[in-house]
Formats: sequence, C-alpha cells, structure tokens
Amino acid sequence: MENIEQKLISRINEHAAPIRIMHVCGTHERTISKYAIRDIISKDVQLLSGPGCPVCVTPAEDIDFAISLAKSGKVIASFGDMMRVPGTRGSLFDARSDGYDIRMVYSIDDAVKIAKDNPTLDIVFFGIGFETTAPANAAALLREVPENFSMLTSHKLMPPAMEILTEDTIVDGFLAPGHVSTIIGTYPYNSVSERGFPIVVTGFEVLDVLLGIAMVQNQIESGRSCVENAYSRCVNVEGNLKAQEMMYLVFKKIDSKWRGIGMIEKSGLALKKEFEQFDAVNVYADIYEKAQHEKKVSDIDNNQNEMWEGCICAEILTARAQPAQCPLFGKRCSPKNPVGPCMVSLEGTCYNWYKYTHNKGI
Amino acid sequence: MQALIRDLILNNITNKSAGPVGLDDLDDGATINIANTMDGSKKCDEIVITTDSHVIKPPFFPDSNIGRLAVSGTVNDLAVMGAAPLALTCAIVVPEGFELESFEKIIKSMNAAAEEVGVPIIAGDTKTVERNGLDSIIINTTGIGIAGDVIRDSGLCPGDKIILTGTIGDHGISLLAHREGFDFSTDLVSDVAPLWNMIRAVIPIRNVEGKPAISAMKDPTRGGLAGALNEMAQKSGTGIIIHQRDLPIKESVSSACEMLGIDPLEVANEGKAIICVKAEHAEEALSIIRNHKYGRDAAIIGEATDGHSGKVLMKTIIGSMRYVDIPTGDLIPRIC
Repeated sequence: MENIEQKLISRINEHAAPIRIMHVCGTHERTISKYAIRDIISKDVQLLSGPGCPVCVTPAEDIDFAISLAKSGKVIASFGDMMRVPGTRGSLFDARSDGYDIRMVYSIDDAVKIAKDNPTLDIVFFGIGFETTAPANAAALLREVPENFSMLTSHKLMPPAMEILTEDTIVDGFLAPGHVSTIIGTYPYNSVSERGFPIVVTGFEVLDVLLGIAMVQNQIESGRSCVENAYSRCVNVEGNLKAQEMMYLVFKKIDSKWRGIGMIEKSGLALKKEFEQFDAVNVYADIYEKAQHEKKVSDIDNNQNEMWEGCICAEILTARAQPAQCPLFGKRCSPKNPVGPCMVSLEGTCYNWYKYTHNKGI
Repeated sequence: MQALIRDLILNNITNKSAGPVGLDDLDDGATINIANTMDGSKKCDEIVITTDSHVIKPPFFPDSNIGRLAVSGTVNDLAVMGAAPLALTCAIVVPEGFELESFEKIIKSMNAAAEEVGVPIIAGDTKTVERNGLDSIIINTTGIGIAGDVIRDSGLCPGDKIILTGTIGDHGISLLAHREGFDFSTDLVSDVAPLWNMIRAVIPIRNVEGKPAISAMKDPTRGGLAGALNEMAQKSGTGIIIHQRDLPIKESVSSACEMLGIDPLEVANEGKAIICVKAEHAEEALSIIRNHKYGRDAAIIGEATDGHSGKVLMKTIIGSMRYVDIPTGDLIPRIC
C-alpha cells in the first residue's frame, strides 16, 4: 500500500506543470537534498534554494570586525558553523589557528557564562541568525549580563528578503520557513502573497516538505495566492507574541546588508540605544572604524557581492544559478576546502548539493 | 587527516610490512605471517597487531568511561580482522593531580572489558606529565591477536550483503548530549563494548567450497557508518547501496540528530561492527549475531554492487537515491 509520502509524490507528479518553487531555509534545502526530492518529483517542478542560510548571508565585514576584535585581545564566542565562513581575509577558524581566542558556543548563554567565569576577559558574542535566534539573544540581554560581555549583532529578518525576491520574476511560489514562522507567525507573509505569490509555511520532515510543495502547486493550479500553513503543529497566525515582544524590547529594525544580495531595507536588527553598553560596534567603536577602513582597501572591495573570483554564491543565494553551474563546484570548492559561504555552512546550498547529490552516478 | 597520514607518516617510513597486511594498507591492524619467519612451507595462522591511543572528553561518559573504550577499541580492531585477542598492553599518560579514585575506576573498567572477552593485559607503562601539559588522561592499548583467515576491510564483492550489528549513533550522540549539557530527556548511553564474542560466532561460517562466508568487516567508529562504508567501497572497488528503511537507529538518536542538524550516519559508534557476508549466508549470519547481547538489533542494511564503484548510496524512505559522502570533520551542530 502507498504511504502518505508516496501519495504526495504521485499527486505532485500527476499535476506537474512547469513551476518554480523557492524555499528560503537552509533546513529545507537539507531535507530536499537528503531525501533527493528533486530526483523523485517531476523535473517540471523546480525547487529553488533562496537565501535561507544565516551564516551564508552574513556580510564579510561583520566577520572581519569579529576577527579584528579577536586580534585586539577580545574573546569571540561564535556558533560553530559561522567559524569557517571566510571574511575578507580568512575565517574565525583561521584566526583561531593564528592563536587568537575564539570559542565555539551553542547559545548566547554559553557566552554569558564564559564572561561570568572570566571577569578579566572581554567576551564578544557573535549574534547571527534569523528571527529564530534573535529572541533567545534578546532574552539573555533582558536577564542581565556582566559588564565584560558585549554582542556583535548581525541578525537578519526573512520577510523583507522574500519581498525583494518577488521582484525577480523567476519564482512562482514560496515555501516559508517553519522555524522562523514559529516566532513571527504567518501574517508577515501576507505582503508576499498579496503580490501574487502563493506561500506555504512548511516544516522540516520529508513529509512536511512534500506537503508544502503539493500545497503551493495546488494554489498555482487554482490561480490563488495566499498564505497557507502546512506546519500547524508548531505555527499559528500571530506567532510567539512573547518572543516578538522580547525581540523588539532589545532590537530595532535597520537596513541591512546581505552577502550576495546587498542592502535590503528594514531587514536586519541592531541593539536599541538602551542596550548600547552591550553593543560591540559602540563599545569597540575604534576597532570597528579601523576594520571598516581596512575592508575598503582589501582585495574584494570592488566586488560588491563579497565573493571570490569564479565563485557564484551570490547567484546561488538568489536561485539565479544552481551549484552545478559553478566552475569551482566539486573542483576547487568542496566541503573540505570551501571557497564561498554556500559550501561552508551545513545549511548552505552548495554544501548540501555536494554532500548528498554530487557525483552519485545514478 | 588522511593526507597528513600519507604525506608525513607513510612517506617517511621505509620498512612498513612484516606480513600480508602492512602499514600502507591502513586497515584496522596489520598482520605478521609466522609461517614466513619459520619454515615458510605451509599455511599458518597469522598474528594480527593493532594499536590505538584513546583520548575522550570527558573521560567518564554515560554508562562507561575511557577504560572500557580503550580495551574495546583495540579488541574490536582485532576482531574485525577476524583475530582472536591474545594479549593487550596498555600505556597511560595522566596529568599531575588526576584523581586516584577516577584512575582506579578507569582501570577496573579496563579489566572488566578485558575479562569479558578473556584477553589478558600483560604489559604496561604509566607516565605523569605536568598539569598544564595535558588536561586529561590518554590511554594507549596495543593488541595482539591470532587469525586463521584474516578478514580485510577491502574484501567486499558485488552481491555481498552488509550486516550492521546494531543501532547507529548511540555513542556519539550520548557523548555530545552529556558533554554539551543537551537534555534530550532520554536514557541514551554509549554503546562501547568489546565485540569479539559476537564476531567469533560468525567467523566459522563457510560456503560449500569451505571458503569463509564473511568477506569484509570494519567497526564504524570515528566518521560513523558513512566513513566506514566509504572506506570499504573505495578499498574493495565496489559500490554500496544501503536502505534507509532497514537502518537500525534509536528514536532518541534520530530526533537529537534532526534537532542538531547532524547526520546519524556520520556519528561515532564504539560497539558496532559492519559484517559483509556472501548473500546465501546472510540470514544465517544475521540470526547468529542477533543471538548475542550486542547484536540484538542487527540488520541487513544493504549490499555491495558492481556499479558506482567506490561510492556509497542510500535508498531513502521515499524511494529516491542519495549519495552518502565521506564525513568532512568534526560534527558541528547548526544554529537554528
């Protein structure tokens, strides 16, 4: 007997017409690649990978600033997958190999603990991620942190980026990220669906992703464009109001630079004035200015996408190209020796393509 | 690491073999052909030798400790070459101030693991180093075993069935959860165990011509099942297809891996073996393994193929085929 997954695959294939569905979540890419969903559904239904990997879209200048802080004797506490992403001159891992104090943490609480345990050291937490990680970071600051703790904030907001993507006509519909949506709810996507794009909030199991695809397909087929929720076991319309409240007690929306995309209006978070004593940009303003200046005279200054020669991560992050089209993919660029950010992160499109689909010879 | 081993070690040692399996083979151990050193006339059992230094943070982990790991690791390296463990040696390096009580516990665990498979620990060395030179204990064990037919990790042939002797990822995930303080609300513990008693039961299986039915074995420790299967496929020159539906995995390991963005195929095991067997003997071997306490969850997880030489593929639960890559390095949990 057919199980639900197989029924959904049959449904998607029976109704296949040329459509392009974009997801904007690294974990969706992971599920799609891990289960080779692209291979088992009709080639007409194209699954595109958008800018859903938080470390991939973190601008090189923020990494450069973190490295400059480390070089001036501060302790950098960072999530693991941020550590391998190259800035203008190397990654945090490279800086650690050079002897600077850079520590891998699993949450802001670990970083706060390091600060409390080491009152003579200055700890800078590298706060990145979408709406999923921002509330936890806000909560930590609201709980009180020691004086020797500060935060380098590089948080990004997903809906403004999706709005930018709709201006490109290559997408017919979206899978919205389940994790982000648990926090923000489904209503912020109305601005996307009102532009005529079907959008389905989708979870991360293979069944969730297949359901999301089928629901987007169904909307396109019936000429509708609205926000639907295929992840109702975790997501509701208004989201987690407490988390949102904490987030905006601590952070304010700012225009923000996305690696590979550029500036997007109101798409990032910065610490509010009340928290400026914990804002690394403010506390270490001199180091920040110097890092900014150094970047201007660096090799990739003329490359607005902050990518290396031959690397097409910028196109990949916006689904204008697929990894296999990159001349470096699988040759000079692999998970062992990544060139661009999309190959570094576990959430990166190139990493997942390489890991699960590259060269399998079937 | 492989490149470092090749460039800095293999290239700089000139005499690397004392029998059919030597250093260049990078197998779980090496063999010394006693017949060659005696009269060289008739087929003789082979001596198998292996060595391993064990470091683990923290030295005490759920349900076990570095002592049991150090003995099990070496016994298993011998066992997967088809060798009965004859004797072990043990060299320990500890920092000054290492708690005596912990030290004794570790030694008692070593003894219990060795007793389980009846192998004596016959020589040893203990060194103490300055506290700031080392932050925990290091245990090296060397094992000598004897094998009638040495089993390699490169002996896989197309058509052979692949048996995994139990659930994957128990050791790595229980250790990660313990070390990093993740509370998955489970009673998951490390699987570390000496496997000789289980493996010795399948070694005698022979085909009608009297040849061993077991074609290859390996223990999927660091690098997990993905690392071990890739190595076997590459060395044997065959492809491997495994079936996700048949992979034994505990619900708690599966959920923890999903949450952390870790592939359970890449997580270390310390009490599991991959046993490759001629297809016609697969069920017989499986039932013998399942009769042993360390093999209750054993399953036939796949087979070796003619095609995709040197590569490992997995048929997913939705029927698609996915590439199982060689793990690249340390497991790093994702952020969101």
